[in-house]
Amino acid sequence: MTLLVLALAVLAAGAAACLCAGRSRAANALGPVCAVAGCLLGLAATLSGPFGQTVSGVLPWGLPFGSGAIGLDALSRLFLLPVFGLGAACALSGRVNLAHCADDRNLGAHWFFFNLLLFSMVLVLAARDAVLFLVAWEIMSLAPFFLISFHDGEERVREAAWIYLVAAHLGAIFCLLFFLLLWNASGETGFAALAAASASGGPGAASALFLLALIGFGAKAGIMPMHVWLPAAHPAAPSHVSAFLSGAMINAGIYGLVRALGFLGPAQAWWGWLLLGAGLVSALGGILHALGQRNIKRMLAYSSVENMGLILIGLGAGLVGARSGDAWLATFGLLGAFIHLLNHSAFKGLLFLGAGEVLHAAGTVRLDQLGGLQKRMPRTGILFLVGAASIMALPPLTGFSGELLLYLGLAKGFAARGLLEQIGLLGSFFALAAIGGLVFVCFAKAYGLAFLGEPRSGAADKARDAGAAALWPLAILALACLAGGLGAPWIVSLAAQAADQPLTLYPAVAAQAPLVAGQGARILTGVALAGLGLFALVGVLALLRAALLRGRPVRAFRTWDCGYVAPDARMQYSGASFSEPVSAAVGPSVIAKETYVAPEGYFPKRAVLTVAPRDLLETFFFVPLFELIGRACDQAKVLQHGRIHLYILYILAVLVGLLLWKL
Amino acid sequence: MAAPAVLRILTALVLAPLLLGVINRVKAIFAGRQGRRLSQPYRDLFKLARKGAVYSRTTTWIFKAAPVVSLAAILAVLVLVPLGPGGPALSFTGDFILAVYLLALARAAVVLGALDTGSSFEGMGASREAAFSALAEPALFLCFLVLAASTHGLTLGVLLRGAALSSTAPELALAPIALFIVLLAENSRIPVDDPNTHLELTMIHEVMILDHSGPDLAFIEYGAAVKLWIFCAVLTGAVLPPLTGDPWLDFALAVAGVFACAACVGVVESVMARLRLPRVPKLLALACACATIALILTLWR
Repeated sequence: MTLLVLALAVLAAGAAACLCAGRSRAANALGPVCAVAGCLLGLAATLSGPFGQTVSGVLPWGLPFGSGAIGLDALSRLFLLPVFGLGAACALSGRVNLAHCADDRNLGAHWFFFNLLLFSMVLVLAARDAVLFLVAWEIMSLAPFFLISFHDGEERVREAAWIYLVAAHLGAIFCLLFFLLLWNASGETGFAALAAASASGGPGAASALFLLALIGFGAKAGIMPMHVWLPAAHPAAPSHVSAFLSGAMINAGIYGLVRALGFLGPAQAWWGWLLLGAGLVSALGGILHALGQRNIKRMLAYSSVENMGLILIGLGAGLVGARSGDAWLATFGLLGAFIHLLNHSAFKGLLFLGAGEVLHAAGTVRLDQLGGLQKRMPRTGILFLVGAASIMALPPLTGFSGELLLYLGLAKGFAARGLLEQIGLLGSFFALAAIGGLVFVCFAKAYGLAFLGEPRSGAADKARDAGAAALWPLAILALACLAGGLGAPWIVSLAAQAADQPLTLYPAVAAQAPLVAGQGARILTGVALAGLGLFALVGVLALLRAALLRGRPVRAFRTWDCGYVAPDARMQYSGASFSEPVSAAVGPSVIAKETYVAPEGYFPKRAVLTVAPRDLLETFFFVPLFELIGRACDQAKVLQHGRIHLYILYILAVLVGLLLWKL
Repeated sequence: MAAPAVLRILTALVLAPLLLGVINRVKAIFAGRQGRRLSQPYRDLFKLARKGAVYSRTTTWIFKAAPVVSLAAILAVLVLVPLGPGGPALSFTGDFILAVYLLALARAAVVLGALDTGSSFEGMGASREAAFSALAEPALFLCFLVLAASTHGLTLGVLLRGAALSSTAPELALAPIALFIVLLAENSRIPVDDPNTHLELTMIHEVMILDHSGPDLAFIEYGAAVKLWIFCAVLTGAVLPPLTGDPWLDFALAVAGVFACAACVGVVESVMARLRLPRVPKLLALACACATIALILTLWR
């Protein structure tokens, strides 16, 4: 606990110091150093002592209405791991990539908000009091606005930051309502008191609270349909910020949801199914939209929506299992969700930082202008490849372990009680497999088109690897991806302790959970062994290949071009053409808007085909909705005409009205 | 005593290329030709292994690593898949999921190797392979779910004990049909892909490996043969239970089953034309539909 408070103090002091440093060059050293120091202290606090131990303390902080109660348990520790790990990596990467704009940008302010974001995230995860939680939540929602709008000279960036701000606060309203209702019921703000109070309310009240929590926390996690801010904000933000937001901050939404479920008492039957359904919609919608994107960072943003969906599928399955007394489903659902969350933080952070390196070197992350980077940026290339292979869940890398547990949980759906439940669970299994296939297409495209083949633009041709200082943070995350795959049995033991917390409401399931978790650990040991065997096999075959080629003629020539004599980089497959078979199979209008002017007549002149990715919900739901609201607000302008005597009349009318009402 | 796992793996390693020879011979018989020797695939592999290699100047180490990684992943799957009585060499709950994802790893290696050449043709093949496997993979998982629902097991050793013939449930016959369609799609056979076509524009798997030569090509061709063996073994396992009780005889029957699958592939290739590419997703949807019906009927019982 002391270490955690120390970490909080270092982060707060770092933020203050950066603010003082302002535009001076010291800010770009001070900010990252304090962030890394805070994160290392935090990691020490998280991993020292037993993982499952519950400790608590009170911050000496006079909060109105609430108290500064903080604490640590396995759930908080699990969510703190990516915050500290990714926080340190992103700070290190950001220091290098921001160095070139130290003269014309206020880096002090940037690092102030970065440290503040870290500080508030730690506080969100450690808070044991509703008021403290909400204050920290609000800081955590505000700080990214300033981080996203770093390049505020560009209109696109300002707009993205604005969309983020609106989305974050629409979500925050629901969180606020959730806690207000709970507070109203209990009269106290401590988490323990809230949990006790909500148990006394009726099932209707609990369900209403559940929906509030799902919308409020779901908006933070980027669950569809509340995801629109992610694809807007991530391409606009500096890459180390996108990496942290996508890999660590949106996790807070999942954390909030898990905590909230703990307050609401035993779940009703439909809660788990709703989570499962929302997760499926999010995952499928996210990956389908990601497929159509041509900007790597936008694609990664949609992929985050997809991954949050997978985590939600796990939570939903866990809840369904816990509710029906199915320990296998409950444990593997929760374990799958938690482990996938950790995995996602590692590989998504790595991919965003990798995309940042590409942006830095080539000036663009548009797939149609990249290509051939593996040759020009070999180190970044291999790091990005590790991230891409992890997100495709290829064994033995880290993405596989979480998805395997999700699959396993759902696969025993044939043993569920009713036919509908069975079909629901096995259908989810099928959907998970389909999502896996689409992720494969998406990231084969991302890595293959950006890093392989010939460069599609002069800028890509001139791209070169950054120095070691910039690539170290990526290397650490890539190592985490590898270690996460081979060390999955150990991670299962951590996640199992975190899964105990939501299962406390279901004692019958909780009693069997450690047994099932042990099975999970054994399964993942088998996978890790197979992974080691695979490495050995690759080594043996590589030696065999070398032996076969020894003494044989090995020539370099140009790519086989089927007889065409003047191949050109523009003839390569493009991003849109790579995903065409999938988009043709699912219906092209789902992920992109196509306009086609066919050539006509005997001497055709003009033929145009444009394919533009679009967001279904944004196009057909949010834009019309906000236009409607805008028009309604325009109507209200009749009242606001600027004539002061009429305003005085309004006041008089209201006063008279109030008097009459009181009479 | 059951045939030891090592013997099973060795059988697969040695006999896998023969499957291609069998398919070819069946097609030749249908066409009234004499056909090449059954051992021709072996001769091709040995010839390739003794050759040098040509590498495109565009390519990186990815291109050279692709055949090695893909073959290694496919061989790793071989360790997980049982054949005949006696479990596989390595078995744990959910090993079928690992097997499917190892096949995905093999595919990823070949797809990235193809993209590494910068050729539009190989990009085309990579795109099609990725898209069609995205549809074939869920179908394969559905088939495993049908078997899981009927055997109540989650290991390949239990799933592949011949549920289709040993149980009295007629709906289980739909699962092998779906599995066979997946086999055709995953191994680039007619009606999905034509391994003998001469036109790059219409290929899927063959166009991805246009630039590979020498031992690299041998690795990929051998990997493809072993992959075909794996799918035939899975199909055999889904259909054929241990019939005689004598482990050696049952093992021989299972090997015969694998070759029977190959013969079926040859028959399909002889009597069918290849589908237009936009039709392929519909074929795979048919596989999904078959498996779904089988799954729901199995659950309903």
